[in-house]
Amino acid sequence: MPINQSDIEKVAQLAHLELAEEELKTFGPQMAEIVSYVEQLNEIDTSNVEPALGGLTPEGEKTDTSRADEIAGSLGQKIALAEAPDPASGHFRVPKVL
Amino acid sequence: MSRQTVEFSINAAEKLNETLNAFLQIDREGALRRASEIEESARPLAGIPIAVKDNICVKGLQASCGSKILGDYHPPYNATVIERLTNAGAIVIGKTNCDEFAMGSSNENSAFGPVRNPWDTNRVSGGSSGGSATAVAAGIVPVALGSDTGGSVRQPASLCGVVGLKPTYGRNSRYGLVAFASSLDQIGIFARQVEDVARVLSVIAGRDTHDSTTADVPVPDYTASLTGDLKGARLGFPRALFGKGLDKDVKQSVESVIDVYRELGAEVVDVEMPHAGYAIAVYYIIATAEASSNLARFDGVRYGFRAEGAPELRQMYRKTRAEGFGPEVKRRIMLGTYVLSAGYYDAYYRKAQQVRTLIKNDFLRAFETCDAIITPTSPSPAFAIGEKVNDPLAMYLNDIYTVTANLAGVPGISVPCGLSSERLPIGFQLIGPYWSEPMLFKLSHAYEQARPFRERPPISAS
Repeated sequence: MPINQSDIEKVAQLAHLELAEEELKTFGPQMAEIVSYVEQLNEIDTSNVEPALGGLTPEGEKTDTSRADEIAGSLGQKIALAEAPDPASGHFRVPKVL
Repeated sequence: MSRQTVEFSINAAEKLNETLNAFLQIDREGALRRASEIEESARPLAGIPIAVKDNICVKGLQASCGSKILGDYHPPYNATVIERLTNAGAIVIGKTNCDEFAMGSSNENSAFGPVRNPWDTNRVSGGSSGGSATAVAAGIVPVALGSDTGGSVRQPASLCGVVGLKPTYGRNSRYGLVAFASSLDQIGIFARQVEDVARVLSVIAGRDTHDSTTADVPVPDYTASLTGDLKGARLGFPRALFGKGLDKDVKQSVESVIDVYRELGAEVVDVEMPHAGYAIAVYYIIATAEASSNLARFDGVRYGFRAEGAPELRQMYRKTRAEGFGPEVKRRIMLGTYVLSAGYYDAYYRKAQQVRTLIKNDFLRAFETCDAIITPTSPSPAFAIGEKVNDPLAMYLNDIYTVTANLAGVPGISVPCGLSSERLPIGFQLIGPYWSEPMLFKLSHAYEQARPFRERPPISAS
């Protein structure tokens, strides 16, 4: 599948990345090379193969991951906001949305 | 006593950092204070200094992940493995340099400069946990933690001449490890000796309610498996993987390890891994897909860096991520977004997950006739800094021997087995079935006893 400049721009938009002119130029051919490399997987017939989703080990799959529905301690507002770039009166402040 | 040990480590870390760039933060004051408090303790790791990769959360210290986007972020909690290590008496002395968000095989993708290999400072340390590997190789600390998504513990261990373990998926908790590719990531251990790795795994392994992928499997005392008795052990030799692209010194060295195992009484059997050649392709679809999703959280809202001068929210996201992420991280986010985007999901992601099943089945079949498979860890010894930096695909191929274990979820260990003609370390890898860490330790320890790796790098603490 050839990847052109407009594909790259579209993907960058989906990924919330603003790419510089230079990056648009280098990423295109690099991604095209990697994508054509990974397309070697098409050599393999996988029509009857289940995808490897979920737990990898049988023991991991069997492990009960539910817990009692009880209230437990959490970080709290003060600590949760301590690393925010722009906190304001107990909230995360962001630039205008609309 | 423990204060002196910790002080030695901190002095060495500070002194060698100018040359090696292995640490991004050294916590002299905190580490010495904790060392004084720990005195006279009978805990299993009392007073042992450890270094921790900068993508694992240690309360009170930074967690930059080698990225500008997190910069001087200080997580408000400890990773579960850190909680367990400090309860066992270990002293964290600092945070180690790594490829940005653990994406890389050379440490050149760190926003804070590459780590230098203590055997030759013009060469890479390997990656992505290069700082941790270097810290152990240079004798700064006896033990360090890293993370291994496609070989990021085993490959730098091999390039720096130390032991490196990636445990079974779900053996230890990933809570507090900054996620790169959640179905592949596992925290791993570096040490000079197998016994130290076994000791640390005994402490950090086990179920954790904070990580639903940890499995309910009993944790043995792993040091009990270091018996030296290899009678009846069967080692799988995937002959086909010892061909094209493998450095001749590495080939010779690993083949001589197989001879040593024969001498020690192990039986060597041929095994086949028919789908191993597809592993890198599968890996770079799955890892980038998961990364594009995991790294969506870095948006300049809740923590870390936010770009200036963006008056609108979406613009702020884009600018923050453009200025905060380095080129390799952007490339992988782009690739992951591409393979998951509408119309491509089945062709790439689903296909990769199907071939992943075939790779997993290769292992299950091989383990019907052997207890562990032996391979080189890396196709070559450490390469020069800058050599592969402009060719991402060539860089990815460094992981050819290691990614299969992550895709299947099985454990792997890299053990030093000599020096190349240029006096650079070479490592071999053992991969075993799920939960076979005791067997991996037994096999690697027996080799280590038979052929101790006593060489030390020219840049070293003592």
